[in-house]
Amino acid sequence: MIPAAFDYVAPSTVDEAVRALVEGGEDAKVLAGGQSLLPVLRMRLAAPTLVVDLSGLTELTGVHDDGDSLLIGAMTTHYEVQRDHLIREHAELLCLATKTVADPQIRHRGTLGGALAHADPAGDLPAPALALDAVMVCRGPGGTREVPAAEFFVGHFTTALAPGELLTHVRVPKLTGWGAHYEKFNRVSQAWSIVAVAAALKVSDGVVAEARVGLTNMGPTPVRARGVEEALVGEPATAEAITTAATRAAEGTEPGTDGNADAEYRAHLARVLTERAVTAAVNA
Amino acid sequence: MTATAEPEVGRARRRKEDARLITGATRWTDNIQLAGMLHMAVLRSPVAHARITSVDVTAAVRMPGVLDVLTGSDLADEQGSLPCAWPITEDMLAPPAPSIAVDEVNFAGEAVALVIARTAYEAHDALAAIDVDYEDLPVVLDMAAAIEDGADLVHPDLGTNKSATWVFDSAEAGTGTDVDRAVASGEVVVERTFRQQRLIPAFMEPRSVVVDPTSDSATMWSSTQVPHVLRWMLSAVLGIPEHKLRVIAPDVGGGFGGKLQVTPEEVLTLLVARRLGKPVKWTESRTESMLCAHHGRDQVQRITLAARADGTVTGLKVDLLADMGAYLRLVSPGVPILGAFMFNAIYKFPAYRFTCTNVFTNKTPTDAYRGAGRPEATFAIERIMDELAAELGVDPLKLRQRNWIRHEDFPFTTVSGLTYDSGNYEAATARAVELFGYDALRAEQDERRANGDPVQLGIGISTYTEMCGLAPSRVLGALRYAAGGWEHAAIRMLPTGKVELVTGTSPHGQGHETAWSQIVADRLGVPFEDVEVLHGDTQVSHRGMDSYGSRSLAVGGTAVVLAADKVLAKARTVAAHLMECSADDVEFTSGTFSVRGTSTTMALGDVVVAAHVAHDLPDGVEPGLDAEATFDPTDFSYPHGTHLCATEVDTQTGRVRIRSYVCVDDVGKVVNPLIVEGQVHGGVAQGIAQALYEEAVHDEGGTLTTATLADYLVPSAVDLPWFTTDRTETPAESNPLGVKGVGEAGTIASTPAVVNAIVDAVRHMGVTDVEMPCTPMRVWKALQGRTAVTPATGGVHGSIDARGGAG
Repeated sequence: MIPAAFDYVAPSTVDEAVRALVEGGEDAKVLAGGQSLLPVLRMRLAAPTLVVDLSGLTELTGVHDDGDSLLIGAMTTHYEVQRDHLIREHAELLCLATKTVADPQIRHRGTLGGALAHADPAGDLPAPALALDAVMVCRGPGGTREVPAAEFFVGHFTTALAPGELLTHVRVPKLTGWGAHYEKFNRVSQAWSIVAVAAALKVSDGVVAEARVGLTNMGPTPVRARGVEEALVGEPATAEAITTAATRAAEGTEPGTDGNADAEYRAHLARVLTERAVTAAVNA
Repeated sequence: MTATAEPEVGRARRRKEDARLITGATRWTDNIQLAGMLHMAVLRSPVAHARITSVDVTAAVRMPGVLDVLTGSDLADEQGSLPCAWPITEDMLAPPAPSIAVDEVNFAGEAVALVIARTAYEAHDALAAIDVDYEDLPVVLDMAAAIEDGADLVHPDLGTNKSATWVFDSAEAGTGTDVDRAVASGEVVVERTFRQQRLIPAFMEPRSVVVDPTSDSATMWSSTQVPHVLRWMLSAVLGIPEHKLRVIAPDVGGGFGGKLQVTPEEVLTLLVARRLGKPVKWTESRTESMLCAHHGRDQVQRITLAARADGTVTGLKVDLLADMGAYLRLVSPGVPILGAFMFNAIYKFPAYRFTCTNVFTNKTPTDAYRGAGRPEATFAIERIMDELAAELGVDPLKLRQRNWIRHEDFPFTTVSGLTYDSGNYEAATARAVELFGYDALRAEQDERRANGDPVQLGIGISTYTEMCGLAPSRVLGALRYAAGGWEHAAIRMLPTGKVELVTGTSPHGQGHETAWSQIVADRLGVPFEDVEVLHGDTQVSHRGMDSYGSRSLAVGGTAVVLAADKVLAKARTVAAHLMECSADDVEFTSGTFSVRGTSTTMALGDVVVAAHVAHDLPDGVEPGLDAEATFDPTDFSYPHGTHLCATEVDTQTGRVRIRSYVCVDDVGKVVNPLIVEGQVHGGVAQGIAQALYEEAVHDEGGTLTTATLADYLVPSAVDLPWFTTDRTETPAESNPLGVKGVGEAGTIASTPAVVNAIVDAVRHMGVTDVEMPCTPMRVWKALQGRTAVTPATGGVHGSIDARGGAG
């Protein structure tokens, strides 16, 4: 478990970090919390020539109330996210999903921005980000741009971040008063999701007014279960309606096969877990 | 110690070694730094079967810090063949087992080249600069296919993939009747095939070796369970005079049988250090450990059970295929044979035949793993007893009662020829049933079935016994095992009254320092704290057979008792002389000698000093009270117990949750209940891991796809249920302590309890078996009426990925 040699810089501002990334070119890697990068380096599955360590960028930590949305620094740790009262109040889904990430040690080190930029299809934060219509604030040599989650996750471990570009903040629209639930299915407690379902619902007078359902590990990127959302909205929030809507959970997904599950089983899980997640969100 | 002190044996003492082990403030092999020490890294074959056509090291030797790069050709003349100490049959086939491949690789992970550099970083950097050309050979992975006519061969020179076939037949042995007749006339016959998946021991401390060569001798530190066996075998394999080789097992972080081995890396580190004349260290990564350290289990078991309609079993037939992997390691061939005596378990079966064929494949060699043969046997018999119960429509507990050996039947000679000295299966089972709330759970099960609850409840039963205290040397000899099974202890009485106890056992997490100190403290009447236990260094502990097979306490602990008794016998002579009385009138209680009927006393400490200074000893008595003893047991010991498991099976997802787990074990007398409890917890956890989580998976090319702990799922405390444990205590007759051994019991018993509970939960839905590990997908597919095979692609989607990235 010995990594190959690499150069290391620890910039103290975002501009310095962007400059270092530009100069490092294709073989530069960003180190945020290090919970995914370090194992990969130690197993020599990756051998970047330059590691840009963001741990000195205190400007990228913390949660700010920005009117209709929350602005969360990319270097905010999972532990901070799961304990933050603003997130709990206005974006509870993110809080609930974050609580399921790995184990306490990892949640104290790992960061929200790191997990989203890593874009692991089995990671627990991309699907909630997608369901919440989060927006990724990215800074590159050409300045700052905002990328909606739906455009940010472009493939297996691949995002819309351009070379030299850094994810600095995550903007999460407030969904105050919505019910939320993250239903995670894995085999041992600290493992990645085989499938997970992120659900947030607004129920008015017993009728589903709005519904957001995101799926983890049902394809190379997180996906929205649009069919389920359509089937729910306007319907009474009853067990029967939820069961019917959940049957559409796997529509349009491309689940993979691995040691834990084949595509057929994943599709089945998506339906069962969607029913459970939506039910829990309604009852939350 | 005063006369009123609480006895040490039986006391739940915290372990005296734990502070240093838990904080790591100790000498693990990888912590050892020697002046001028070099580091070795091993290039391993990425392919399972190939001819090596060229190895180009020219670029690697020019890398920074590299002193040398060696290939199999460089070491071919001196490496010898790794030892196999258990040729189970006269005609067993054993291919040469090189430590580093010379012309051919036979499993993915086999060593192909070595880099020796000034730092471990430089050594690993240079591995990538070595260029090896492989010419692919056909890969043999499936045992059944491997033994068909015309199959591709792992070792073409052998002409077959069968290493040996070992048979036990009760009619031939005179221990029972003819099994074929029993099956032919059985009123009920149940036949099942079970698969014991391949497991990886996954000890916590990866293996590490340091060798310090001097002019004509060498010292090796190794993270091993078996320093004594290792020294013997290394000198035999490499021709190094044994007295010029010192082997030290410093503190060792777990083994589970995985460090009961003479490893290629130990041989290679030794050869390289001698060649370069410098200290050399090799430490493996976790992935290297999972690829190359020996694996465990991996059997296909065809079981036939015949019975009368009333449930009385009339015969048992066992046909095994056991995967040896690519080579035979230290005791590989004998592992399934240890199971041969355990398939009949706690039962009074009249007829039995066991046939095992050991098969070569292009996989990592298998060898001992916690329980070694006995978990496999216990699983098969306990699973099929449940199947027979289902067939007959009787409660599986009642079926066991009908067939088990009653407590008044002991000593009992079984159909496989072992004589069980003691046991009380009724008592352990009754206690387990009571703690479990068996009847209430059965009622809840009925209710859930009636309601069509999506979460179904199942109850799994596992009764077991095992042969422990390995082993009577004459029995090992009869089984063609190369070594003996005795154990040694020496006691040094220091002039200040402190005690050094030297043991031939080699603890690697078991707590021998604490337990042995308790035994000595009681026997000699000295404070627990005054005993230091020395082990694992062949210069300090020169005689020993090391630790495995739940042998240490039953055999090694008995040697401690015998050595202490010798100390006392001599001390009594000296004390009698000094107190001017006959030795027959001397009594010894709690560390003090007294003259019967008088108030004259003498503390052991004073006798020690007198014996040490030797100013006034009886004629012909040598100075000092030191003594040593070697104990060779006349028989095995037979722990037993009853484990009950309740599982909730989510029929929508296939997920299994263990609702409650109760075990009542009878391990005989207990020296330290806290240590016993820890062994049971760890053992049960490991057995549950086989039932639910762990499996070494290979792709069709023979590559291990579960070579990280992200893919090979070892459960942690949060994944496991609360364990309700209790004990009954039937002393063993085979040793003076009355102890039986507890190291493997939990692992042996728990696996079938869990799988039986899963099948019981969903049997009414048409499921009669679920292959291990019972993953949610396997359970769900079984519920759909299909069997699920783990996709060979392995790995967990999106777990560890080459792209890396920030998290």
